[in-house]
Formats: sequence, C-alpha cells, structure tokens
Amino acid sequence: MNPEELFLVELTVNGNPLSARVPARRLLSDFLRHDLRLTGTHVGCEHGVCGACTILLDGKPVRGCLIFAVSVSGSNVTTVEGLVNNDGSLGVVQRAFHESHGLQCGFCTPGFITTIHAFLKENPHPTEEEAREAIAGNLCRCTGYQNIIKSVLRAAELIDSGVRDDH
Amino acid sequence: MSNSTLPTKQRDHVEAPVLGGLGESVARPDGTLKVTGDFAYSSDLWADGMLWASTLRSPHPHARIKSINIAPALKINGVSAVLTHDDVPGSKLYGLEIVDQPVLAFDTIRFHGEAIAIVAADHPETAKRAAQAIVVEYEILEPVVDADYAISGNAPVIHDGGNITRHVPIIFGPQNLKADVVVKGEYEVGMQDQAPLGPESGLAIPADDGGIDLYLSTQWLHVDRGQLATVLGLPPEKVRLTLAGVGGAFGAREDMSMQAHIALLAMRTGKPVKIVYSREESFFGHVHRHPAKLRYEHGVTKEGKLVYVKANIVLDGGAYASSSPAVCANAACFAVGPYEVESATIDAYVAYTNNPPCGAMRGFGAVQTGFAYESQMDKIAETLGMDPIELRLKNAMVRDSLMPTGQPVDSAAPVAEILEKLRAMPLPPLTATTDGFDVIELPGGASNVTHGEGVRRGIGYAVGIKNIGFSEGFDDYSTAKVRLQIINGEPVVEVHTAAAEVGQGLVTLKGQIARTELGVQRVVVHVSDTQVGSAGSTSASRQSYVTGGAVMTACKAVRDEVLLYAMEKLGHLHPHLLHFRANYKMVNGEIRDGEGQLVSSLADLVKDRVFECTREYRHRPTTPIDPITGQGLPHAQFAFAGHRAVVDVDIETGMVKVIEMASVQDVGKALNPQAVEGQIEGGTAQGLGLAILEEIQVVNGKVKNPSFTDYLIPTVLDMPPVRSIILEYADEHAPYGLRGVGEAPTISSTPAVVSAIRQATGLALTRVPVRPEHITSTL
Repeated sequence: MNPEELFLVELTVNGNPLSARVPARRLLSDFLRHDLRLTGTHVGCEHGVCGACTILLDGKPVRGCLIFAVSVSGSNVTTVEGLVNNDGSLGVVQRAFHESHGLQCGFCTPGFITTIHAFLKENPHPTEEEAREAIAGNLCRCTGYQNIIKSVLRAAELIDSGVRDDH
Repeated sequence: MSNSTLPTKQRDHVEAPVLGGLGESVARPDGTLKVTGDFAYSSDLWADGMLWASTLRSPHPHARIKSINIAPALKINGVSAVLTHDDVPGSKLYGLEIVDQPVLAFDTIRFHGEAIAIVAADHPETAKRAAQAIVVEYEILEPVVDADYAISGNAPVIHDGGNITRHVPIIFGPQNLKADVVVKGEYEVGMQDQAPLGPESGLAIPADDGGIDLYLSTQWLHVDRGQLATVLGLPPEKVRLTLAGVGGAFGAREDMSMQAHIALLAMRTGKPVKIVYSREESFFGHVHRHPAKLRYEHGVTKEGKLVYVKANIVLDGGAYASSSPAVCANAACFAVGPYEVESATIDAYVAYTNNPPCGAMRGFGAVQTGFAYESQMDKIAETLGMDPIELRLKNAMVRDSLMPTGQPVDSAAPVAEILEKLRAMPLPPLTATTDGFDVIELPGGASNVTHGEGVRRGIGYAVGIKNIGFSEGFDDYSTAKVRLQIINGEPVVEVHTAAAEVGQGLVTLKGQIARTELGVQRVVVHVSDTQVGSAGSTSASRQSYVTGGAVMTACKAVRDEVLLYAMEKLGHLHPHLLHFRANYKMVNGEIRDGEGQLVSSLADLVKDRVFECTREYRHRPTTPIDPITGQGLPHAQFAFAGHRAVVDVDIETGMVKVIEMASVQDVGKALNPQAVEGQIEGGTAQGLGLAILEEIQVVNGKVKNPSFTDYLIPTVLDMPPVRSIILEYADEHAPYGLRGVGEAPTISSTPAVVSAIRQATGLALTRVPVRPEHITSTL
C-alpha cells in the first residue's frame, strides 16, 4: 500500500497558531485528540449524534467528528481546554457545571460546555425553555439534564455578575 | 507497580478540597478536571510505542467456524499481531457467574457480534483494515431467537447442560387460593442498552516481571483481574489493574469486553496496546438488559386486597450467561412488587438463545417485573373500578412485611408515604391546545402535523422495590486503606480503595466520610487500583454502603490508633483517655475530650508518625434461597421509590410528550443531597427511555440499530422537569443509615410513564417501549 498523501493544514487552536500535515480523511476530532493530544474533545458516537466532540470553529459550535481536519485550514478552533481562563481558573460555563453538579461521568461535558459557551454569546439571558433548546443537540446519559439546564442558567448569572471569563 | 511511569494523562490521585462533610452537597473533587478536559478517560491514555487494537466480530448470530485465515491481515504493513483462540495461553472461557464465554470464538459462533480475532497495529485505521482482511469460513446455522422456544425442550441446545441458565421458583404461603376477582395479563419488555457515553477502552502495558499493567474502564477491578489471570495463565498478582476515567457504566462494564484482548496483544507484542471501541462495536461488545415476557395472574378481593400472585417470567439471556442467574433471582424475588400478599407462586427462567448476551443493567431484574406488576395493579384497579393509588395503598408493604421469599422487610418501607406524597405534589398546568398555542409544545414538537385536536393528558403512578448489595449469601465486602499524617504542618488523610468511580460520585463521598470521621480539611483520594483489596462491584447500588462502610471503618480504626497514641503521650494529663476514648472527638485538626476541651492539635501530637489502617466492611450476611421453594433471607437491604408521570399523548399521531416526572424515594440518609438528586434524575431518565424510546432491535438474531441514530436515548427535549422529594428513614443496619440510591428510580419511572399513557389513551399497552404505532394502530 502506498503511504497516504499528506496535506498541509494551518490553523489556530486555543489561541496557538500551528501547522501540520495530515491525510485527507483525518477527522478534526481525531486530529485534535491523536495528533494534538487535546483529549478533552470526546468521541461518543462518531456520526454527529451525541455532541460530545463539539468544538468551536470560529466561535460556532460544530461536531469535530463530522469535519475533516484539512477543511478547517485558516480557521480558529477552540476546544474545552481553550475555555479555561488565561490565569488557569475555570471559565464561567466550566465553573457553572462544577458548582451546579452539571456532570456525573463527565464524558459528555466538554461538548455541552462548548455548545453553551457559544449559545450564551448569542443569548446571554436565556429563559429555561431557551436553555433547554440550546442543549437539545447533546446527549447525556447520567444526569437526566436537570442540572445541565441549571448550569446554563447559572453560567448566565455568573456572566451577569461580572465573573471573569476570558473567552 | 513494576512500571515506574504512568501512561500520559493517567493520574494516581485526585486532590481537590472536599469542602464539606457528610450530609452536605459537596462539589465533586474530579469536577474541575472534568470541565476543563483534563480528566483522563480510558480512551485518552497514551504510552510510548503504543499499538492500537481492533476486533473482528461475527456477522452471523449462529454459525460453525470452519476456518480462520489470518495471513491476509498479517501481510498488511504496520500490523504487529493477529490473534485467535489458538493464542489464548490460559482458559479460553471466562464469565462472571458461569464460565461459558470464549475470549475469542472457537468452533461455534453463538451471537451476532461475537469476537473472533484481534489485531494490533501501528494505527487504529490499519488495525481496523487488518481485522477486516481476516478470512473466516462459516457454516451458517439457524439461530434460536425466542426464549420461550429455547426452554421448551424442543430447541437445539446452545450450551451443554441445556438452555435454561437458571430457574428460580418461589412458593410462598398457602397455594391454590380462590379470590373474588382474577386479573390476568401478559407483558413484554424490549432489550435496553446501558449506552454509557464513554466507549469501552483501555491500555495494556507489558511489564518487565512478565506480568501486565492495565489502565481501563470497568465496574470491578478485582473480578476483572481474576478472570484475566485465568485467561492469561498468570498469577493474579502479576495482573495489575488501575481504573482510568470511566464514561458511565450502568451495568455495561460488569463483564469483561476488551480487557483480555488488549492484554493478550500486549503480552504477544511486548508493546503497550490501546483499544477504543466505536459506538457500533460498543453495542456488540457489552451485554444488555434482558428482554422479558411476563405472564401474571392476580387474585384479589372485591375490596382490592391482594390474595395471590402467580407469575411466569421468561428472561432472554442471549448467548452467554453473564449475570443472568442473579438477574433471574431478582426477577423472581421482586415479582410481586412492594406489596403484601398472602400467597405467591412464581417461576422465573432465564434462557440461553442466540440473541446478544444480556446481563447487568441498572435495576437488574427488578425493572422487568416492575413494569409487569405495576401494569397489573393498574389493570386490577380498572377491573374493580378503584382508584389506582387507593388500590396500591391498600396493599402497600410496611416495615416487617414479608417478601415472597419469606424475608421480613426489617427496616423502613414507606410505600404508602411515597404514594401519598406523589399524589399531593402539585400538577403541571394543561398544555394549551386552543387560542394561539405554540405547536412546539405538542407531542412530536415541530413535526406534529395536527392542531392538537387529538392531544390527551394522562397521569400515571408507580412504585418499585429493589435489593441493595449482592444477595443470596454472597460474601459482599469492600476494603479501604486510610492513612493520616502531617504534611507541611497540616493533617492530611489519604483514602485508597479499589472501588470504581463511574460517575456516580463515590470519589466525593469517600472524601466526605474521611473528612467527617477524622476532622481534617485535606483529603487525598487515590485512584482505584488492585494494590488494595477488592471493593466489590460498582453495581447493585452498593458502593456508598459497602465501600462507604469500609472507609468509615478504616477511618474509625485510624482515629482509635491516634487516640491510643495520645493516651501514651498525654495520658498523664488526660486520664479519661484510658476508659472513655470513644467520647473523644477529632474535629478541625484537633483532638477534644467529651466536654469539648482541647487535648492536642493533630499536628502537635502526630508529628512524623504515620497512622495507617486497612479495613474490610461487609453488609450483614444473607442466605441462599431454597432451590425448590425460593424461601430464604437473600437480601441485605431494600430500596423503595415511586414516580408520578404526567404525559400528553397525541392519539392521532401516537406521539408522546412527557410533561413532568415527580419522584419520591427513601434514601435512608442523603450523604450528598445534590448527588442523590442527580442519581434520581438520571435514573428517571433511563426509565423514561425504556418506556417510550429505547430498544435494541434484534431480528432473527441480528442487531439492526447499533448506533445513536437508530437507538434513541432521551435528549433534553424528551426529558421533562423532575420534581423530587427525598425521604430519610435511617436503616439501622447500614453505615450512617444510608440506603443505596442508584437503581430504584429506574424501576418505577417506566411503569409510571406507561400508566400515564394508558390513562390518556384507554389502551392496554402491555409492551415497552411503547411506540407510536402501538397507540395509533388500535384507533
């Protein structure tokens, strides 16, 4: 078998510009996890249903498992690791999840956090109904979602009260 | 441990301030790692020179293997090893209760997805391609796919010894009683999947001493080790397991899946081997909840008092035994539900078939019967024209009621209070279906094509009962090692157990217990591994009880040693220490006497000494049940929970929208209320899933929907607000009076939802999950 042809991909991940050569079919989720060792992006179903691999592509939430790494050249990618404040403290959505018991096994959590981070940029004062709709594309098997909804509302509260969030 | 370096990202402890003792809602110490992406799940580990494994699985549910040709796979660049059953050095079979499952299939394939060969290669894609390149010649056989047929005596035999894996009869009270009213019903439960979000995964690293180190997701490290040692032909002490981050379990990780495969490949190649299942492979790689057929006959008086219950229960255990025998016993023991009855005649069977193997899932045998007996209670109420809650209240168990096994329920059994509290909770308002209502609010949401004319509201109630801990005389214990020392002038407690944290929050609780018992702020919780004694399984809602009990006992032992030492050093100043040690307390890093007077700070007393105690804790003994009558004292503790479900059903489209779930559960003592609520809400969601969404479709032995596109687990839009009330009636037999929490809510959730749909539609609905066509086809 011939060695697979590699393509140059240049992008910014969590604020760090980088370039790499990857096969055309390398998924963005695998690129992040295997090539960059950013294993905070989780893969739960490999076909865009569970949302655990959700990352922010130029600020918009997308499924890392449905995108080829080569196709995001020139983009800005943010993973859950990149939502930590610059001083190492938790970003607001991360803090809200921790405080509100928004996670149990935590496998789905990074996908929720990235999704909610983007959602609160668009809608900083969501109602409970809006918070529900915002997370309708992510699966959680442990919590029954009650504390995830609370986490969304708590994050909005934290932002309102001026709690630091660098991203 | 022989390997000095841990795999990349694997941690050996969690240290975060566990700020709060027992009874407080303490944030998880692993929470920070989990929200930043730094928590290392078993799929996130790396080791230098690591290979990737892949599995070849059977496309047929029943076949004879004529030949396996691995040569084409070995030719692929980057492939290091291809192994079949021929390469298993020890036992070719493993199993939790009955050793009947091949590590890699030989001679016969017994289910769709059975593992046949494994590959290690330099890249996961190479490994997958190589596995697919293996050529297997099959002689396809007719699968046995119906459990009734399997045990009829006319079916081909799947394992030597016959197709009845276990039969549990229960004969309780006088038999052949007559009753005013007889109500019969037949019920069916589909095959549910645990669907933990984290796939099966792990990393095996061959060690210099000829042994092996494994980092993986599991529910019971020591039982994995025992099975692995047998398969690998190694002494158990050379098989060392460390728990990596676990992405949920719910029973799916009680049996081995990839454990032996990566260990075999690592031993063969001399290199670390990692595997991560895809979601599809995960569906094939773990056992599921037993599908069941349940035939009931209830005899009742005109006033609604149960006279007798007869039940014939057939569980489909699939191709291998897994924990089928214990699931079968649970189905039999809990066949009547949380009700008093004079006479019970129960036969529960679990069958071998060529369907996927079934074993542990949250609720474990009590879920299947819960749906059936609560459906019967609704049917009896309807037959008698009685209110379904009144009927349940009339028959509700109380403290000292007898189980059908003859065992008294010798602690709180607040069944009536659960029902009363559920009934008293305020109801959500009706969904508007006139005057400018929002179609999104209708069942089916935006895809609802009606205008709400067919929407009907229904309210349903159900209660359930389940055992906590392992039963039937099993020596059910856990081990904890607790160490106290002074580090940088501050007392620090380390807690080390082998108990699997799978998301439920035991890691928090261990810290809370240590902090409360020893009066220290700083608690370090070690990652669980086999360097301490067994903790038993993270199942049967037992870890807070048994491992919690072990941590408590080890902490008390440390405290006693510290006080003995205080007596030695300070006894001349505090003569009461000699006889009244038990009155002394350790709080806020200090020792105080019974009157609250300071004896010494821990830092001043302990100095360079290290106090370390390892203790085992057992729940009270249970007995086997009699094989003919089913009588005995098989259970250590019982849990009770109930639900009220409110649903909207569109009877034209068959769509169901659950509007609200209310739950009442007795937890004995809520050691971490926020975590308890989380368990109740999560269990409620899984019960709701079984009621209306979740089923592995198996057609002629073949799994048709091994993906999250086709196997539906509830999203937030399926899952309504949950209202819960927690009761705390201390169980005097249990540490801190606690009662296991995890499983009970999964039992009553399902029948409550179906009951509500029945009330809305007037349909019988004898099968779960209820599908839209079950609602519309009878119109």
